[in-house]
Amino acid sequence: MIKALGYFFEIIRGGLITARHFTVNMWFHTLKVLGFKPKRRGAVTIQYPEEKKELAARHRSLHRLTRREDGQPRCVSCLLCVTVCPSECISVEAAEDPDPEIQKRPARFVIDLSRCCFCGFCVEACPEDAIRMDTDRIEIAACRRPDLIYDLDRLLK
Amino acid sequence: MDILIAVIKIILALVWFLVLTLYLTWLERKESAVIQDRIGANRANIWKFRFLGLFQPFADAIKMIFKEDFVPAFANKFLHTLAPFLSFFFVAITICAVPFGDTLRIGGRTINLQVLDLSAGLLFILAMLSLAIYGIILSGWASRNRFTLLGGMRGAAQLISYEVALGLSLIGIIMVYPSLRLQSIVQFQGGNLLGFIPKWGILLQPLGFVVFFFAALAETKRVPFDMPEGESEIIGFFTEYGGLKWGLFMMTDFMEIIIVSALLTTLFFGGWQVPWLAADGFHWPWGGQWGLPHGVVVLLQLLAFNVKIVFFCWLQILIRWTYPRFRYDQVMDLGWKLLIPLSLLNIVGTGVVMGILK
Repeated sequence: MIKALGYFFEIIRGGLITARHFTVNMWFHTLKVLGFKPKRRGAVTIQYPEEKKELAARHRSLHRLTRREDGQPRCVSCLLCVTVCPSECISVEAAEDPDPEIQKRPARFVIDLSRCCFCGFCVEACPEDAIRMDTDRIEIAACRRPDLIYDLDRLLK
Repeated sequence: MDILIAVIKIILALVWFLVLTLYLTWLERKESAVIQDRIGANRANIWKFRFLGLFQPFADAIKMIFKEDFVPAFANKFLHTLAPFLSFFFVAITICAVPFGDTLRIGGRTINLQVLDLSAGLLFILAMLSLAIYGIILSGWASRNRFTLLGGMRGAAQLISYEVALGLSLIGIIMVYPSLRLQSIVQFQGGNLLGFIPKWGILLQPLGFVVFFFAALAETKRVPFDMPEGESEIIGFFTEYGGLKWGLFMMTDFMEIIIVSALLTTLFFGGWQVPWLAADGFHWPWGGQWGLPHGVVVLLQLLAFNVKIVFFCWLQILIRWTYPRFRYDQVMDLGWKLLIPLSLLNIVGTGVVMGILK
């Protein structure tokens, strides 16, 4: 019984903490509703579809293939990304490039995003800086699985 | 005409009760969100018109109505269906004894703002709240599931231990206001102590208030005392329920909060009394008065009652979102070793003080 009484004060302190959170947050919510510009918001959450968080510079988002100055993809079909990919979601088919300096170009370059784990190894492995994950597109869900298979045209966009 | 008035009173009281229950779910979502630095449910809308998520209870209700009415194959079908209705009925019926306000005079007629002016209204409410446990035990048993049965048994055990403290804590109150009629209890609290402090029950019975508050919290069977439910271990007596039947159990929970708030208000916070407001207006303790017409006085009383009830609902939700659950033995310890001795002490103390003052 004595022990329970000892806890009693701690219990009241706990209640005061939540009550403080409530009143402080309610104060800022009320200010906002009344049209004032409070110096902070009543909630720390972000109302996602309307309000988006800025992505970090190193954030790994949807892949893209970069181009040379003449518009051709920089990819030389070295297959390093295919080799390093832990989810085995990249498949590349090489073709001969007319330029003897370059030798190879991708005929097919397919990323199956339904398997991709966004580890970014392909970007790090690429010797030509041909693949990057800096599109800042993170809403890439699709209703059908075929829609998640990105080919050369979609990756070059 | 009397029957018409009675029917209107019943309908108004039930509508008040159910609408408050509905919006208590909204209050619970929003308040918990604000406590936890969130915003809470705000997406339910009618034509893009959200309005602070006030349509959320309706969205919840529609969702529950359109869910499958599922009865497990091994359950006792009749009792399984009966249990939520029993639980709901016994709590819903308590509203008829709650005094919303003083008498209203309209067209030479005096209407008591209470559905049923029982001479033992307090006992009636306590009895009905205790009967509500039958729904819980029955649902636990009729589901034929070990965990629901455990939940029902724990509910019964908790009820037995806390009903004692609840009843004993009210004996002091009954000694002070020598009446069980809720309307007279509220009228008694209209006077002033030392000429200026409102004579509310909390000042006359502080210890009784504390014990009653804890016991009543345990009666609502919500988180610090949610033995019958026990989310983390046994899910509880309504494991086998879904859709609207589960919704009835949920509504029963919220209605119990309102009834407990109404009881706290009526017994300890002066019910519909506004400080210094008499039937003809305010009588300031520093002399002088401010006369008010009868209608305004009645409106003020109704408003005061509702404000007090909403405050206690707020307080109970705050408690529910602050504290973790007690362990089973801690609940039993608190009930039997702390609350019951304190309530007995309260009875003795009240008796001694009353004997001295006499």
